[in-house]
Amino acid sequence: MAEMFELKIIEPDGMFFEGQASFLEFTSVMGEMGVYANHIPLTTILAPGVMKIHNDGQVKKAAIMGGFIEIQKDRITVMAENAEWPDEIDVERAKAAKKRAEERLQKKDAGLDTARAEAALKRAMARISAAK
Amino acid sequence: MATMREIKRRRGSIQSTQQITKAMKLVSTVKLQKARGRAENSKAYFEYMYKTVTSMLAKAGDVDHPYLRGGDSENIGIVVITSNRGLAGGYNANIVRMIMASELPKEKVRLYTIGRKGADGLARKGYIIAADYSDVIDEPTFADAKEIGKQLLTDFAKGEIGEIYVAYTEFKNTVSHVPKLMKLLPVKTEDLQTEQEEQEELALMNFEPNEEEAISLLIPKYMTSILYGAFVEAVASENGARMQAMDSATNNAEEIINDLELKYNRARQGAITQELTEIIAGAEAIG
Repeated sequence: MAEMFELKIIEPDGMFFEGQASFLEFTSVMGEMGVYANHIPLTTILAPGVMKIHNDGQVKKAAIMGGFIEIQKDRITVMAENAEWPDEIDVERAKAAKKRAEERLQKKDAGLDTARAEAALKRAMARISAAK
Repeated sequence: MATMREIKRRRGSIQSTQQITKAMKLVSTVKLQKARGRAENSKAYFEYMYKTVTSMLAKAGDVDHPYLRGGDSENIGIVVITSNRGLAGGYNANIVRMIMASELPKEKVRLYTIGRKGADGLARKGYIIAADYSDVIDEPTFADAKEIGKQLLTDFAKGEIGEIYVAYTEFKNTVSHVPKLMKLLPVKTEDLQTEQEEQEELALMNFEPNEEEAISLLIPKYMTSILYGAFVEAVASENGARMQAMDSATNNAEEIINDLELKYNRARQGAITQELTEIIAGAEAIG
């Protein structure tokens, strides 16, 4: 059995997940990352993406919309701005949001807030891939 | 002595006022329960956020970043959180008083008001209001906090304000609400380094991307969460304060009603006695 660590996912409205995990996959602003127990202490910023919580062969997926993560040797704390389980996600809505964001990015209007549209696109994509 | 009719009318009017205060008390009790639940649920997030960010900044003490150094402007931005509605006892007045009692010079203060009562009160005292977001407090969301936090940081970056404070009412428990003035930026690293127990962990912490970039990304999140935390606590305090105010108003009305009831009975008794005396006197005169 792989060594376990304690995982807490906290969002502004309360505790989202609290429990044991053996491996955690997520997307940081630097790219995709995977963490086992006994990782070096690290704080990094999260990008919108799918978080996969591995626990003895079982995998739980969640869509995480930004925040940051603090990794300690035996515990990981995720401060998510918003987190959703796949069954909470409205895929149709996410697809519509994705389309809207893509259109806005393609049109390149003068008043376009590129960063905002890109963030919306990333969030929509995170939701869609978590729900799959 | 007031006539029976006058007393009766007065009692009726106070009774209907009491019904209103009673209803308002019930409404704010329900709202308080909801708001308190929200404040308690979100507490974990803020406490952790505060702990992480402060310990991180304590470690990054030698990084030269505007968020740690303070802005170029002498102006002070204060986010003032009050309510849109009155009848909440001293809830709004306490915040106004706290800001006036603070040693921040009036000319340099730029207010970002949330809640019409505080905005009106402070504007009357001659404070300058930079922006108003009063609609937010009816139902504060995390997105609202993000928006306002972003605006504050934009003004900070533009050099319009050099320091950022937030004034809100801390929710201790149902009966105790404390107005609080909290400094958000610049973060004073000297104050933070006193947390000895954290030192050991601090020495080992790594950051990705590098510290400076991490600070740039983390501070807006930190601001947002502190603001959101202040919102939910303020809403809980507002309803707590209103509940208390309405409770004592209901009790006071009860007292006045009892008093008037007594006066009314006395006046009625007086009128009966007088009538009797008149009848007897009349009967005697005839007989």
